[in-house]
Amino acid sequence: MHVEQISIFIENKFGRLAEVTRILGDAGINIRTLSLADTSDFGILRLIVNDTEKAKSVLKERGFTVSKTEVVAVEIPDRPGGLADILQALDADGINVEYMYAFVERCGENAVMIFRFDETAKAISTLTGKGFQILPGERLYNI
Amino acid sequence: MFFNEDFETLPREALRALQLKRLKAMVARVQESVPFYQEALKKADVNADSITSLEDLSRLPFTYKQDMRDSYPYRMFAVPMEEIVRIHASSGTTGKPTVVGYTKKDIENWSELMARSFVAAGVNRGDIIHNAYGYGLFTGGLGAHYGAERLGASVIPMSGGNTKKQIMIMQDFGSTVLTCTPSYSLFMAEAAKEEGIDFRELKLKVGIFGAEPWSEEMRADIEAKLNLTAVDIYGLSEIMGPGVAIECHQAKKGLHIWEDHFIPEIINPETGEVLGEGEEGELVITTITKEGIPLIRYRTRDITSLTYEPCVCGRTHARITRMSGRSDDMLIIRGVNVFPSQIESILMSVEGVEPHYLLIVDRKENLDTLEVQVEVGEHLFSDEIKHLQALSQRIEKQIKEMLGVTSRVRLVEPKSIARSEGKAKRVIDNRKKA
Repeated sequence: MHVEQISIFIENKFGRLAEVTRILGDAGINIRTLSLADTSDFGILRLIVNDTEKAKSVLKERGFTVSKTEVVAVEIPDRPGGLADILQALDADGINVEYMYAFVERCGENAVMIFRFDETAKAISTLTGKGFQILPGERLYNI
Repeated sequence: MFFNEDFETLPREALRALQLKRLKAMVARVQESVPFYQEALKKADVNADSITSLEDLSRLPFTYKQDMRDSYPYRMFAVPMEEIVRIHASSGTTGKPTVVGYTKKDIENWSELMARSFVAAGVNRGDIIHNAYGYGLFTGGLGAHYGAERLGASVIPMSGGNTKKQIMIMQDFGSTVLTCTPSYSLFMAEAAKEEGIDFRELKLKVGIFGAEPWSEEMRADIEAKLNLTAVDIYGLSEIMGPGVAIECHQAKKGLHIWEDHFIPEIINPETGEVLGEGEEGELVITTITKEGIPLIRYRTRDITSLTYEPCVCGRTHARITRMSGRSDDMLIIRGVNVFPSQIESILMSVEGVEPHYLLIVDRKENLDTLEVQVEVGEHLFSDEIKHLQALSQRIEKQIKEMLGVTSRVRLVEPKSIARSEGKAKRVIDNRKKA
């Protein structure tokens, strides 16, 4: 049920983001969505791509520090309070969100959010138990 | 003004005769009591009786910091522990410090030499000495303190840190003499300015600055901003502590080294050859009165030169010029001695850290800064910012705890620190040198 995300360590230096995206582009990898967390010195670029293994290997070849992380994609009804409902359900079960960001494409009528939880399996069971739609990786990579 | 006029102005011939007598006596002591020297002297085929002139000094073996480390903690001591009344230590390259012990007589001599140094700097009994050198294992604080008391001045045992309080005390107590590192004096002046206090209005008239290299330009800057006479003091714990040598306030040109207690030589650090007057090289010191831990031809690693020219102040003791650098890779950061290898061993103790790092030393707003660049490889990397930040903080904390110096860890991409085929470049020092 989970989605594979790759995370890349990037120094806060001119042109680094351009280089990462160029490497992926040249390898024919399509970025489905991304988020960037940053500090004054460095950032962590998180990507969901159509070919995780290939993306990981081309970046590693070029000397980047890359890791693979499991995240969860959740469909969110596109209405006021949609996100709040999900977060409340997680909160009730004591599940922490480490970080989250929005997927750029919609899935039908719904928005899609990417979550990184401290306890992925428990989060999935809580959400499915409450009737929320989880999107498997295969669907997401090709939306 | 002198503290001990007879000795400070001893004619050079008499001074040399005294040095020879004391040198022979010291060598006789260590060849009896210190196994390390027993062996070293035997190897060099010299003993106390075979020393007949000061020129024979060059036949004696050198003593290195490593020898003291190998003798950790007490094996270089020349007297039984019952005779030792104080122990100091300075940081070492492998986590183990270099340990020195003082007898009652050693403390008396040190106090006298420090008192002489105060007087040479223009300090007298009526002065209030604000001592901001660190108290503790470091020799700076207690060394200056005992000298101040020996002189009969009033000493305020401030130690380092807590700048606001330092400024308040200096202002309220009417301190007339300041002892600290040169960079800290400027830092305090800047901090005072922010509080609306003009350092030039304080009662300070003399500043005795040491424990780190500084330049003539920095002296001019300090004298203008603090409105005092700034003199350079030199010392190292292996030899004694502060007060081994000091500039006189009359000339402020070279530091008088107290030759009735120490014999200085300048050598070529590569070949060990003794160099002549005025030639630049490594300072080597032999302690001729020390009882606790006498040292023969100790390699200070400080680069300087010697002059025996008479000085306007009337002292006959030789002068060493301002230290111009080091013959090893030791860094002095805010008065703290740091070897790159010490930081390396701290980094290597953190799981996942690879042996690629770079130290960048700079001086910002008069304070030394240390940046430690660490490459983030796969083993260190976490997808979460908080874990990476915790890693930097953990390393910073360990450096602070082990070395007593504040650093800033910057995580960098793998391979971004230049690899070199020969000796890796570990340090970039952007501070202006003398």
